[in-house]
Amino acid sequence: MKIKSTLENYLFVLPAVIIFSIFYIYPFMQVFLLGMSDWDGISVTKAFVGLTNFKEIMFSDPPWWQSMRQAGWITLVALIFQNALAFLLAWACDREIRLKNYYRLIFFLPPILSEVVVGLVWGWLLEGNYGLLNSWLANLGLSHLARSWLTDPKTALNCVAIVHCWKGFGWGFLIFLAGLQTIPRELYEAARVDGANSWSMFRKITIPLMIPVAILVSILTVLGTMQAFVLITAMTGGGPGYHTEVPVLRILASMRGSSRFGYACAQGIIFGVILIFISFIQYRFSKRSQAKGA
Amino acid sequence: MKNPVYYKTKRITVNILIHIFLLTVAASCIFPLLWMVGSSLKTQSTIFSDMSLIPRQMHWDNYYWAWKEGGFGRYFINSIFYTTSVVIGIIIVSSLAAYAFSRLNFPGKNLFFYAFMAAMMIPIPGSFVPLYVLLNKLHLRNTQLGYILCMINVGLSTSIFLLKTFFDKMPRELEDAARIDGCSKFGIWWNVALPLAKPVLAVVVVFNALNVWNEYLLALLIFDSKHLMPLQVALMKFHGEYITQYHLLMAGLTIAALPIIIVYVLMQKYIVKGVTQGAIVG
Repeated sequence: MKIKSTLENYLFVLPAVIIFSIFYIYPFMQVFLLGMSDWDGISVTKAFVGLTNFKEIMFSDPPWWQSMRQAGWITLVALIFQNALAFLLAWACDREIRLKNYYRLIFFLPPILSEVVVGLVWGWLLEGNYGLLNSWLANLGLSHLARSWLTDPKTALNCVAIVHCWKGFGWGFLIFLAGLQTIPRELYEAARVDGANSWSMFRKITIPLMIPVAILVSILTVLGTMQAFVLITAMTGGGPGYHTEVPVLRILASMRGSSRFGYACAQGIIFGVILIFISFIQYRFSKRSQAKGA
Repeated sequence: MKNPVYYKTKRITVNILIHIFLLTVAASCIFPLLWMVGSSLKTQSTIFSDMSLIPRQMHWDNYYWAWKEGGFGRYFINSIFYTTSVVIGIIIVSSLAAYAFSRLNFPGKNLFFYAFMAAMMIPIPGSFVPLYVLLNKLHLRNTQLGYILCMINVGLSTSIFLLKTFFDKMPRELEDAARIDGCSKFGIWWNVALPLAKPVLAVVVVFNALNVWNEYLLALLIFDSKHLMPLQVALMKFHGEYITQYHLLMAGLTIAALPIIIVYVLMQKYIVKGVTQGAIVG
């Protein structure tokens, strides 16, 4: 009777566990096995090559590290620009203000759209010959500034970074707003009674209480931005040259372009380790700052 | 002491500045979408010359063309099919598991649960490579079933987490009453737990639906046949093949964006809830 009941309980988790094992656990393990082999994805045999792939990535794959730097640059822009914008907007909305719900509705519109849609629409706005931005510049008499934004190596990466921020700031906005709304209003009132002005209340109450939220948002920003690539595929395809390549695009290129499945997995492992390392540092940092605050 | 008029003018000025700031950002969010719709109503020649947002002549036939000849009708139906199947799959599989993790006992329960939670947090950027190989071996690549199963897996961890958190807080009295009335475990899950979980199920549905509708990478890897592709992959393919047909591309993009915007406006309450709850997870 007892055994039958336990078996019945297993039935509840069985579908989830089966799907999870086949489509998550198995590929997860395989990444490590493939990472140590040389395989074109078709041959029956895989050659075990140990750490050769990793050595090649570390020491003789400049495009890979260029893609890493570029993803890092986009992440840096997002961390500073996107999160500052998100915080300012949340702070502006965290009060009795008209149209508040409409603003919130609109700011989260870019995040719900697909990266393909956003990338292709912005690609059209920034198009070199007939794009709207260049036509505006021409109307303002600034046609010398007009350029083909996404095929010019000088501007392509920053354009991608800005559009990425445009698409993403809504997330930070919602999380910051939720955080701001948890700050008890009494704190502000007590400070006002004590004669504090808005600026010192902002500095002494809002900022310290929002640090944990800010760290959470920045962890999410780093993980999300480093791995972003669909938007870039839609805007530039990684070009011109390698100028907007990011790691996930390199992994895809190793797999589909050069049919080096093992090498692609090795790149994935190195990238994953770097991501975990960065989040871990940020997490430690958040623990320390929380301990200080308490 | 400064007089009250000073404070009043100051407050009004601050308010106006805040509104200008908010309105500017809001306009920048909406304008690209309006430009997309405007461009979709121009012709191959006017799209390059007519820089007005609302074209003088509206070419609604672009949509007819995109839907029929461009094949977007087909891709649209594919996307709808994948989205509904995956969401239904996730609801059943994840609510069964979440209910068990919350209410039932069996050896290894915590191990399984933590495995799911770890999957939510550990990024493995290269795992699509072996996944592709596996699907090939199982003859699931370039099939609808293969894509649906992969996407169910993608949404599983977060959905289990959200539902388990809800079940943990749910009062047990109703379930006890149902048990006394002779209801089986599956009966309780279906007749008691699921109906009570409606608010959190709405969050799970909306988030997974958005996720599947917008998914690109797995669809790109899994489908070779055009007639199986969902919208996102088809749009990229169209852009690559007809690079100058911007008016038709914009019509296609509008077809892909509109349902999402409508769902969003109707369900925004659940989206806000999901984002703020999801944030706590991390």
